[in-house]
Amino acid sequence: MDKLLLQMLKGTVVSLEVFFLTLLFSLPLGLFIALGRMSKNPFIKTPVQFLLLVVRGTPLILQLIFVYFAPYYLFKVSYDRFTAVIIAFSINYACYFAEIYRGGIESIPHGQYEASKVLGFTKRQTFFRIILPQVIKRILPASGNEVITLVKDTALAQVIGVAELFRIAQTASSKEFSTIPMFIAGIFYFVMNWVVSVVFIRLEKKLNYYK
Amino acid sequence: MEVIAVENLQKTFGTLEVIKDISFSVNKGEVLGIIGPSGSGKSTILRCITQLERVTSGTIRICGDVLVTDIEHKGKPQSQYADKESQRQIGLKAGLVFQNFNLFPHFTVLRNITEAQVRVLNRTQKEAEEKALVLLEKMALSSRVQAYPCELSGGQMQRVSIARALALNPEVLFFDEPTSALDPELTGEILKVIRALADEKMTMVVVTHEMAFARDLCDRVIFMDNGIIVEQGNSQDIINNPSHERTKAFLSRFQ
Repeated sequence: MDKLLLQMLKGTVVSLEVFFLTLLFSLPLGLFIALGRMSKNPFIKTPVQFLLLVVRGTPLILQLIFVYFAPYYLFKVSYDRFTAVIIAFSINYACYFAEIYRGGIESIPHGQYEASKVLGFTKRQTFFRIILPQVIKRILPASGNEVITLVKDTALAQVIGVAELFRIAQTASSKEFSTIPMFIAGIFYFVMNWVVSVVFIRLEKKLNYYK
Repeated sequence: MEVIAVENLQKTFGTLEVIKDISFSVNKGEVLGIIGPSGSGKSTILRCITQLERVTSGTIRICGDVLVTDIEHKGKPQSQYADKESQRQIGLKAGLVFQNFNLFPHFTVLRNITEAQVRVLNRTQKEAEEKALVLLEKMALSSRVQAYPCELSGGQMQRVSIARALALNPEVLFFDEPTSALDPELTGEILKVIRALADEKMTMVVVTHEMAFARDLCDRVIFMDNGIIVEQGNSQDIINNPSHERTKAFLSRFQ
């Protein structure tokens, strides 16, 4: 039993690595995708729209397989499974975050831009000092949803053979003819998401100082 | 001295001619009122001068600097703006107070007023705060320095936005229906502030539906309808004894 728990903790570490690295890359990448999606230049906007359509329109599990195996079949190069997981997850989540950002950015009243312009702020200052802080407050609830989903989605990393929490639980289950490891994995995911929820509730409270 | 000079201003949105051919000027220390029915193009004039809209043609000069004028291009007249940096410099000479305030909700009252001073005019935080506190004192808001806009009444918000515009030391201040979002009591508050500014000889252009205010406070009034100036002149004359039929019809509803 101790051995099982130790293994599952190791799996949890892998799951957490996938989780944090995905957030690290997808949160900023999503902003660029959102800006591209809102661009007036059709040469930027159209490809971005296409990317969003494909990424959001196909299963993440399929994207994982594609990102890992396509380079092998196309160019006969293979690379690290974990890297493939991070690439696929980051692009996938960036696309979802992008649409959340876009919704947030477009919900900011036009008057905020006009006031900034009349006061002489540059476009960059307007975006980073006036618009973005307000966007962050507005998108927190929707982002919380995504982040919670991400915790559970890390289980998909196993399809290309990354030994994360769920994979280890599954292996242990079949080895010992017991559902207990799966049950324990469930508790692990639940606890992780509990922490995520608490963090988001705190963030929302912190930004509650204005309406 | 002319602070604002507008010549043959035209503005079309698609096929809709919002401003047809308008010329007027505002001298230093003068208060100009712009009145007229909704959709007559009043606000669009302010928005053209403050660069929130691009003009279709015509000349705008602020303190003698040409913001935009018509030039001959391949035999056709074409609107030509000053370069980007000049546009920004010229823009800073004109402040604008909006109908719905447009304060920054995530900043305190103080920071609403200091932010542009620090980021745009490169004043130090200390200078900016001193300036802001003086203005807030004048606006009778000294007790609300650390409040957020959502904690203020409409009248207080509008006074903060006036202070925010004044903090950049504009040569002229534009008001776009500054009291239209306020109840009569709060309207009085704002009109008092504008009156105090007029007493200090601040150059102002006020788009308003408050006829009594336009008559008593403004030196001159422009009456607009359908994108043209129907009548302009001394505010008492125009509002008490309009000569044009359209002006009479419009003003009859207020008396």
